Amino acid sequence: MKIGVLASQGAFIEHIKTLNKLDTEAVPVRLPGELKGLDGLIFPGGESTTISRLMASYKLVDEIDALAKDGMPVFGTCAGMILMAREISGNTTQSLGLMDITVKRNAFGRQVDSFETQLKIQVLGEKPFPAVFIRAPIIESYAEDVEVLARLDDDTPVAARQGKMLGAAFHPELTDDLRFHEYFLKMASGKLN
Amino acid sequence: MEKGTWKVKTGLAQMLKGGVIMDVVTPEHAKIAEEAGACAVMALERVPADIRAAGGVARMADPTVIENIMKTVTIPVMAKCRIGHFVEAQVLEAMGVDYIDESEVLTPADENNHVWKHDFKVPFVCGCRDLGEALRRIGEGAAMIRTKGEAGTGNIVEAVRHMRAVMDGIRRLVNMPQEELMKEAKELGAPFEIVADVRKTGKLPVVNFAAGGVATPADAALMMQLGAEGVFVGSGIFKSSNPEVRAKAIVKATTHYKDPGIIAEVSKKLGDAMPGLDVNQIPDEELLAKRGW
Repeated sequence: MKIGVLASQGAFIEHIKTLNKLDTEAVPVRLPGELKGLDGLIFPGGESTTISRLMASYKLVDEIDALAKDGMPVFGTCAGMILMAREISGNTTQSLGLMDITVKRNAFGRQVDSFETQLKIQVLGEKPFPAVFIRAPIIESYAEDVEVLARLDDDTPVAARQGKMLGAAFHPELTDDLRFHEYFLKMASGKLN
Repeated sequence: MEKGTWKVKTGLAQMLKGGVIMDVVTPEHAKIAEEAGACAVMALERVPADIRAAGGVARMADPTVIENIMKTVTIPVMAKCRIGHFVEAQVLEAMGVDYIDESEVLTPADENNHVWKHDFKVPFVCGCRDLGEALRRIGEGAAMIRTKGEAGTGNIVEAVRHMRAVMDGIRRLVNMPQEELMKEAKELGAPFEIVADVRKTGKLPVVNFAAGGVATPADAALMMQLGAEGVFVGSGIFKSSNPEVRAKAIVKATTHYKDPGIIAEVSKKLGDAMPGLDVNQIPDEELLAKRGW
C-alpha cells in the first residue's frame, strides 16, 4: 500500500514516520501530480488557513475531491479534519467537504488551553488512547451516517468516520500509539465494513 | 486532562513546521499575513529594522497592540519578551499569547540569565547561533528554537552562518564515540542528557526555524534546504514595496523549497525587497545576535 501525506505545511513528517513504522510506504504530496497511484491520503495537522491557501494555489482541491469521490480513503488530524469538513462554523476558510460534519476551530481556546488526555475509543480496543489536543477543533454536528468514534468526558465528539473518511481532532501522529493509523490502513485496504 | 505539558508545547511548534511566521505591527498587517498563508504572526510595536533605527531600549509591546492583533486573526499569535524578563513573560502568558519569543531583538533585561521557561504553561521560542546555545535554551525549557541571524538587516548571511553552525554541531555529535561526549558537552556548555539525546537521534529535540535576514522567496528556500523546518520573516515583508505579494511568494517558496521552477515563478514582479544592511558595516556593539548567550 502507498499512502500520500499532504505536505503543504504542518506536521506531515510525523505521519510519514508513523506509517513507516507500520511497514507502509508514505510519500509527501505538494502538487497534483504526486497524487497518482495512492491507496489513501492523510491531511496532517498544521494551520488550516495556510494549508487551504496552498492547496488552492496549486489546484490540489479539485484533484483530491475527484479522487475521494472515486473512493480514495482520506484521514485528517486536527487541521486536516477541519479541511475535510462540510462546514467550518464562523469561518471563511475553504474546506473540501469530504465528510458531513461541521467543525469549530480553536474550540478550546488558545495555546495555554491545549491539553493531553486519555480517550476511550471502542474501535481501537479497551486500552485508552493517548490524545494530544493542540488549539484543537471539535465536531459540532454531524450527519446521520457519520459514526462518532471518540468523545470527551462531556460528550463532545472528537473523532469520527463516514465511509472511507476518517477524522480526529487530536494528533495520533505525535504519540507512539499506532492504533489509529492501523485502523485507517485497515479501512483503506477494505478490511473494515 | 493536563495542560501546558512538554508535548503540547513542542507539539504546537510541530504544527507550525513548513510555514512562515511573519512580524506584524497592526491588525491590518496581521490580516494580510493570514490571507497570504502565514502559519502564525509575531505581534510587535515595531519591526526589527525600525527598532534598529530607533535605538534606545526596546521592550515588550503595549498589550493593546498585541490584543488587537489577537482579536483579528485565528492563526497563532506570538509576542516577544526581553531576555531574562520573566515578568514580561508572565504578562504575555496571562494575556493568552500562543508562543513567547524570548528575543535578542529587544534590549536584554538580564545579561546573565534567561527566563526559566519550564515554569510556564505557554511555550517559548529562543534564538541561537550554534548548537551549544540551542541546547542551553532547550535545557531552560524552550519548546522551539530559531537561529538568530541578524534581525532587521535583510541580509541572510548571519542566518546561514548560524544554521550551518547548528547543523555542523549535530553532525559532529552523531559521529562522536560515546567516551568523547562528556567533554563535548562541557565544551558546548550544554546539559549532558540533551547532548546525548541529539547524538542518538541526529536532530534537535525541538523544532528549529530560521530567522534574522530573510527578505526573498529564495532566502526562505535557502534556509529550508540548509535544514530549517520553517522561517520567521521580520522586516522582510512589511519593509518591502509590496508586502501582500511578497508574503504569498515567501509562503509558497517555503513549501516548495526544493522546486527551483516554482521559486522562480513566485519571485517574479515582487517589487523592491527591503533595503539591506551590510553586516560588516554594523559596529560590534550594535549586533543583536550577540545579546544572550
